[in-house]
Amino acid sequence: MIQLFKIAYRDLGRNRRRSFFSALALGMGLSLLLLMAGVLTGEMRGSMETTILLQSGHLQVRALSYDEDKTSLAWDDLIANPDQVTAQLASLPQVLVATPRLFATGIAAEGDESVGVRVIGIDPTSEANRPYRLGMVSGNFFAADDREGVLLGQTLAEKLNLKTGDEVYLLVNTAGGDIAEQLFTIRGIYSTRTPGFDGSSIFMPLDKAQAITQTNNHASTIFILLKEREQTASVAAALQGNDYQIETWEQTNELILQTEQMANAYIYVLYLIVLAITATVIVNTLVMAVYERTREIGIYAAMGMKGWRIMAMFFAESLLLALGGLVIGLILGGLMTLYATYVGFYIGDMGITGMLFGERIYAYLTMKDVISLSITTFIVSLLAALYPAVLAAQLEPVEALRGGK
Amino acid sequence: MEVVKVENVTRVFKIGKVETNALRGVNLSIENGEFTALVGPSGSGKTTLLQLLGCLDQPTSGKVFINSKEVSQLNRNQRADMRRGTIGFIFQFFALIPTLTAYENIEMPLLLAGQGAAPRRERVLELLKAVDLPDRAHHRPDQLSGGEQQRVAIARALATSPTLILADEPTANLDTPNGKQVMDIMTRLNQETGVTFVFATHDPRVISYARRIVTLQDGCVVEDSEEKVAAGV
Repeated sequence: MIQLFKIAYRDLGRNRRRSFFSALALGMGLSLLLLMAGVLTGEMRGSMETTILLQSGHLQVRALSYDEDKTSLAWDDLIANPDQVTAQLASLPQVLVATPRLFATGIAAEGDESVGVRVIGIDPTSEANRPYRLGMVSGNFFAADDREGVLLGQTLAEKLNLKTGDEVYLLVNTAGGDIAEQLFTIRGIYSTRTPGFDGSSIFMPLDKAQAITQTNNHASTIFILLKEREQTASVAAALQGNDYQIETWEQTNELILQTEQMANAYIYVLYLIVLAITATVIVNTLVMAVYERTREIGIYAAMGMKGWRIMAMFFAESLLLALGGLVIGLILGGLMTLYATYVGFYIGDMGITGMLFGERIYAYLTMKDVISLSITTFIVSLLAALYPAVLAAQLEPVEALRGGK
Repeated sequence: MEVVKVENVTRVFKIGKVETNALRGVNLSIENGEFTALVGPSGSGKTTLLQLLGCLDQPTSGKVFINSKEVSQLNRNQRADMRRGTIGFIFQFFALIPTLTAYENIEMPLLLAGQGAAPRRERVLELLKAVDLPDRAHHRPDQLSGGEQQRVAIARALATSPTLILADEPTANLDTPNGKQVMDIMTRLNQETGVTFVFATHDPRVISYARRIVTLQDGCVVEDSEEKVAAGV
């Protein structure tokens, strides 16, 4: 066995440049696979985390008749006495934070410009607002009793050409089906680095939101973040009853999960293409080796080497190429993925409705992906040696000794 | 004891629609320890006959026996087994594996035969000595002269102690002194080990070493003489 690899190593050394480029092609194939896997996982994971933090939470408790798509403000569709319900939920040991929120649709106008917005009433003191607090690019967060202040997303502010301290005219739907309007002062501008969210969301204190929408002491939802995402199902099961509907992040973000499944299917096709190209390089290298060494194969056959052993020689060469390719691929792919993990790629506003993407996507490569892709590449390289190996083993000794037909 | 027996062997090659009769009913018997030359002009069937004796090819009709075992009907693997244990080859073009050293080239048949490391090493060193190349063990073929390469090939052919060594034009690519040295070694090994040598040649200097000369012409044995010729004449 050792001799087999020694011979294979020397055979590859006969044409060092060709062997190196074959291993390099394999390595580049693997690094591409790793990068693709990392970016896809990172993108989906990032989108999901962003959406959970900014929009869906791990769980939402809503009134039974509440329809998220309609952003209903009818009292029957809302949770009455939300503070009381929130306090009960917050007392659960798995719950990190629970806070009531009120959603209303409206229009923000400044001069000739007007933009459809989602007005979100929040409890300014809640820890759930951390992403917005951390993302303040100018001004300050409002106080709970602020009756005239709002926070604008940076993208929206840019659209309307507004800055902190400016005034913005808001028209908001009310529980009665009317439209309330008021001039608000922009207390601050936040950025969650998620253009899809920042371009349409306006925050105001919950009390003020309830007042302007005439939803007196009602909330659209109780937004809940858990200590561990994995506890979602058990907490949801515990909360399930006849009084409220409980929506988990998986239910709220079904679109992201479906997109992820679809993307996974697509990426398998891409994997296949990359692997097929890689395999072709190996096949080409080894077929050339078979033709160049036909006479030697005849000599081995004359010495009594059987077909399977001749095949093994070519498999050994392929194995060494694959190992070289793996090393190159892991280094190259590792560096590329590291860059994509920590620096990321700027994608700007993806503008996909229903999904929140950060303006940069970051890779997230799991060890499982590294191992499975490395093994797959390795196996494909070995399989690619099958044709040249069979070709060599089937050579008639007499023909081979003459140097082929 | 007969090492080689050939009964009414024919070999027809088909190239497209053209058939070439390389051998036309050859009968031949070679005893253990013989030093036999197959001679004849180019295209007379010498190499084809050697290939049949070496189980590298199969006859179109007739039978070939090696050590009394019929080999004409063996399958690929059985022929490979036969070659590995019984037959050694020496080729005109030396046929060493270029990536292996002299030592490793000689070792290869022993590896294929599954010999252990210690006896393998002992045998290779013994053979290197037998062909006067103990100091060239770790040279690769491209670092050896033509004569040295052919001596390595002889050592390799002898490695598994086969009963039959087949040599196809062993001196064709060598100058006179190297050719003589190679033939001297082959003669000596034939006498010392008793291994049977059959070689194809049309070099009169080589023919002169043979104790038996089988002449082929147009695929038929036309003369079979057992003249003893003094080596080196």
